[in-house]
Amino acid sequence: MTDQEIKNKIKTEEYFVNMGPQHPAAHGVLRLLLTIDGEIIKNVEPDLGYIHRSIEKMSERDSYQQIVHLTDRMDYLSSNINNEAVCLTVEKALEIEVSDRVKVIRTIISELTRIASHCLWWGVMGMDLGALTTYFYAFRDREMINDIFEETCGARLTMNYNAPGGLMYDIHPNFVKRTKDFIKHFKTKIPEYDRLLTGNIIFQKRTKGVGVLTKEDAISYGATGPVGRGSGFSCDVRKHHIYSAYDRVDFKEALLTEGDTFARYQVRIMELWESISIIEQLIDNIPEGSVKEPTKAVIKLPKGEFYQRVETARGELGVYINSTGTKNPYRVKFRSPGFSNLSVLNHIAKGSKIADLVATMASFDFVIPDIDR
Amino acid sequence: MKNEDLQNIINGLGENLEFTTEESEFLNVLVPKEQLHAVCSELKSNPELKFDYAFCITGMDWGKELGVIYHLNSTEFQHEIVVKVKTEDRENPTLDSVHDIWQTAEFHELEIYDFFGIKFNNHPKLRRLFLTPDWEGYPLRKDYVDEANMIIK
Repeated sequence: MTDQEIKNKIKTEEYFVNMGPQHPAAHGVLRLLLTIDGEIIKNVEPDLGYIHRSIEKMSERDSYQQIVHLTDRMDYLSSNINNEAVCLTVEKALEIEVSDRVKVIRTIISELTRIASHCLWWGVMGMDLGALTTYFYAFRDREMINDIFEETCGARLTMNYNAPGGLMYDIHPNFVKRTKDFIKHFKTKIPEYDRLLTGNIIFQKRTKGVGVLTKEDAISYGATGPVGRGSGFSCDVRKHHIYSAYDRVDFKEALLTEGDTFARYQVRIMELWESISIIEQLIDNIPEGSVKEPTKAVIKLPKGEFYQRVETARGELGVYINSTGTKNPYRVKFRSPGFSNLSVLNHIAKGSKIADLVATMASFDFVIPDIDR
Repeated sequence: MKNEDLQNIINGLGENLEFTTEESEFLNVLVPKEQLHAVCSELKSNPELKFDYAFCITGMDWGKELGVIYHLNSTEFQHEIVVKVKTEDRENPTLDSVHDIWQTAEFHELEIYDFFGIKFNNHPKLRRLFLTPDWEGYPLRKDYVDEANMIIK
């Protein structure tokens, strides 16, 4: 028999491998059931629920102020943006117009949150691909943002700084100075990030052309955030459905068309620069005004359906509230960016190798509580 | 495109469609469940509508009926509508799957099956996504009772 005939005759049997629920590259408890032929992935079946708390059901028995606190625990890296989403929905329903001061502070805090989230992602992306150093570089810078948050709202991760009608309290007197110091510091660090990881030939070989997602599929699967924008899907909520103070700043939507893992990486690096630019435009001109519009102690939304979306660090977060006019919502749905982004994983991982799946997952930046809710 | 123009076009896509803009910022279209798949595929393929992005798919229990709410967006024209479909059968609720139109629906329909027990025709693999396979009942239904795990006020 020739070699080719032997190859045709001998076949490896397809088998199943559990990736997770405790796999380090999942950054949480995500279980993927892989169907594998040798090292080639034939199918990826996500199995969720390891950290499912049914926040949607809990919201049905809570007041609107309480729901804000639950949303911290979804995407805990964008906790402030999640809070803002619920507050904006409630304010839209009650037709409350918050002051310019609140809008600007919310925007600055949201962008700081985005930088902190992207820092963590950048660190673990390098770590997933074997470059442990990135983790320490990123956490050094992220720590400065956490310190700013700690000073202003007392918490480092689950901030609860937004409340329906405005903010819990005003910013700390040091906030402006420390934020400026951070921006000055961080501007010198992104080029360092580029030198350390972006230009690394091993990193580029492992990410370029890996996990390619086309624009049509990104739209059809509802892949938003840097995942969608890496494929050329213009889906930045800050541009298309302007909220808070994004109408008074000038920034570009980071958009690339390659659709591979490296493109998603570059989009996030570009977003870091844009976030810095947004903060710089606002930080010197925080208007005076009240930080909290008066709301009733028991908030009752009018009867109807309300939908509000915001751009978290992972993509489009939608909040759907169906109210019957009582103090509790009748139904709350969180359209989480991670859940929709996860749905595309099987499609782009088919036919690739297991190691490439790790690289692809790293560029998706999954936060499991955001998927499970 | 304005809601009135959208309504005129969509009205021709099916029979007995009900339109309303009350209590919502979007144009709401209630589609009879038999026509769901046909209307949805027209919504996506019609050159004047092109609703190619289903940005939110919500399972719903209205008390009497179960159903699904589709928030749709056109990435080209940036117009948006909400499609609703209802079924009164609470014992064995069945709707058509739209995963072949918007692929994100495949995952969202699993979530809705898990929490509301709505079965979807032609879904590639209907399974419990969040809860364990032997879980009894559908927790997000309004008549679901679990005295051990739920705090009832």
